[in-house]
Amino acid sequence: MYFKNRLYWALLAAGGLVVMAGLYAVYLMEHHGHIVTGMNNQIVWGIPHVFAIFLIVAASGVLNIASIGSVFGKPSYKARAPLAGLLSIAMLAGGLTVLMLDLGRPDRIIIAATHYNATSMFAWNVLLYSGMFALVIVYLWTMMERRMNPWNKSAGLAVFGWRFILTTGTGLIFAFLTARQAYGSALLPPLFIVLSFAWGLAVFHVAQTVIYAWNEKKLDPAILQRKKNLLGIFVISSLYMVAAYHLTNLYFAHLTGFERFILLDGDIYPGLFWWGYLVLGNLLPLALIYWPGLCKTSCVLTASLLVISGAFALLYVFIIGGQAYPLNIFPGHEVSSSFGDGQIAAYHPSLPEFLLGFGGLAIAFIITMIGMHVFDFMPQDKSYIAD
Amino acid sequence: MSDIDLRRRNFLKTSLGAAAVAIAPGMLLFDAAHGKSEAASSKVRWGMLIDTNQCKSGCDDCVNACNRENGLSGGTGPTDSQWIRKIEIRDVGSGRELSLPMMCQHCEHPPCVDVCPTKASFRRADGIVLVDRHLCIGCRYCMMACPYKARSFVHEPLHDQNPDVPRGKGTVEACTLCVHRVDQGLQPACAEACPNKAILFGDLNDTDSEISIKIRSVASVQVRADLGLNTGIRYQGL
Repeated sequence: MYFKNRLYWALLAAGGLVVMAGLYAVYLMEHHGHIVTGMNNQIVWGIPHVFAIFLIVAASGVLNIASIGSVFGKPSYKARAPLAGLLSIAMLAGGLTVLMLDLGRPDRIIIAATHYNATSMFAWNVLLYSGMFALVIVYLWTMMERRMNPWNKSAGLAVFGWRFILTTGTGLIFAFLTARQAYGSALLPPLFIVLSFAWGLAVFHVAQTVIYAWNEKKLDPAILQRKKNLLGIFVISSLYMVAAYHLTNLYFAHLTGFERFILLDGDIYPGLFWWGYLVLGNLLPLALIYWPGLCKTSCVLTASLLVISGAFALLYVFIIGGQAYPLNIFPGHEVSSSFGDGQIAAYHPSLPEFLLGFGGLAIAFIITMIGMHVFDFMPQDKSYIAD
Repeated sequence: MSDIDLRRRNFLKTSLGAAAVAIAPGMLLFDAAHGKSEAASSKVRWGMLIDTNQCKSGCDDCVNACNRENGLSGGTGPTDSQWIRKIEIRDVGSGRELSLPMMCQHCEHPPCVDVCPTKASFRRADGIVLVDRHLCIGCRYCMMACPYKARSFVHEPLHDQNPDVPRGKGTVEACTLCVHRVDQGLQPACAEACPNKAILFGDLNDTDSEISIKIRSVASVQVRADLGLNTGIRYQGL
């Protein structure tokens, strides 16, 4: 016990140090400007956005566990709903902090509330994200406060609906970009929703494994089996959506150049897509999940960590590769200029960008740690599982 | 009782008088400094017709004039602001080569204005698309949305700015169509500087303006007209 207490504070301090490093990166970016990052006028969103979007998408997806419990009434999921809620709040906080601190003028963030543009997906997302915070907190309250229990189902339904709209909103940030080859597709919102299922569940598996090990408890193999299979289904579904996105692009003659760049010969992006996303992030986890006789905690943990690393690879290809491919301003023409027209844009992420991104992860980590320390988020399974 | 009321009235009168005396000089100075400013009118639609046949490859007088006028460094690194740039284009099929200036196209339906979360990107009634530097939070969503890559982000602290053209680190900026000159009845710097008079500036709404007459008589196109943005900048000979 004494050792665990020490370890808790040590982990908290380590998380705090990473957050401090992230804040130092913010100071550098605000003092010197974004010149200290690798971002430029061609790659305007970089590593911080990869981290932020992962966190926000996973924050929505992790609530799947809660929804299956509260909305569809499965007891083994319901027991895990509080932990899912905590993880969601933690990741949302981490992701939003990164997004906000990457702004050119984060000191003016209040303007986002005082001058509201109803046609902007970003402006809508400000409402969706803050609404999500509030709803999940109410949802946790209805679960953890006995007197509020009757409201649990309603709160669960509200969260269920809200997170669909929220992830739709995240996908729409890109879907509304009319001119960029990589974006501007109505397939992106559903793609993001399905990706959120897989990424959120992967994060949940990691957190659950840690919390069980910490409390020296063993997860019921039947529950592990169920969650493992669910992860497999989500990974296959997201793979299907990603394939549909690329295949439709490949069919449109004006987008084949872009697809060739992403999938075949564009810098590091094809390598990241095929090896990082497909092999490491999908095929390997699927093998671990579906290989007969392999249903151990460590196996599911490894599969989940691989799904998470695949998520980062996919987001890097999608966000940065999507900007690196030149905009087609004059279709049918070769173009050149002093502003990178017709050129593949170069991007070399800098240390402050990574520090900011990891700072966001550390915020999520700290909130989860403190939450689990202060409240009881340990899943309480009944001995008999009815579902 | 009435004595107290009188004192209160006197106090209120004196306060109002003092407030008027304090504010009046400021109001007068504000008027003196700004003159009688007229709001931009939607009766006007400012635009340009760029004759690519007259635009010479290798000439960047318009770019230099823009940099001088707006206090840009003129650097062409990946983090330097470029409000106007020369693009060399070559038709892949025929091999025909052209050189032309590219800048904010001052769309009637600008994607940058649609996506801006804080209404910092806005379209003036006379068609000029601008960024309010006091509202821009530097999210760069407009740069993602612009089909013409017309916008730049200020990556470094700025020095020696032109007082007529305020800029700011951490905010997005683009061609203003030299709004400070247009409001004084002058032409944008690039149009004035072009040695071949390839850039014709004027009011697209005025049927008798030189630009409207020319657009009626020669073939001109909007870049990426397929996007339906109705740009204020038109190109001839493209």
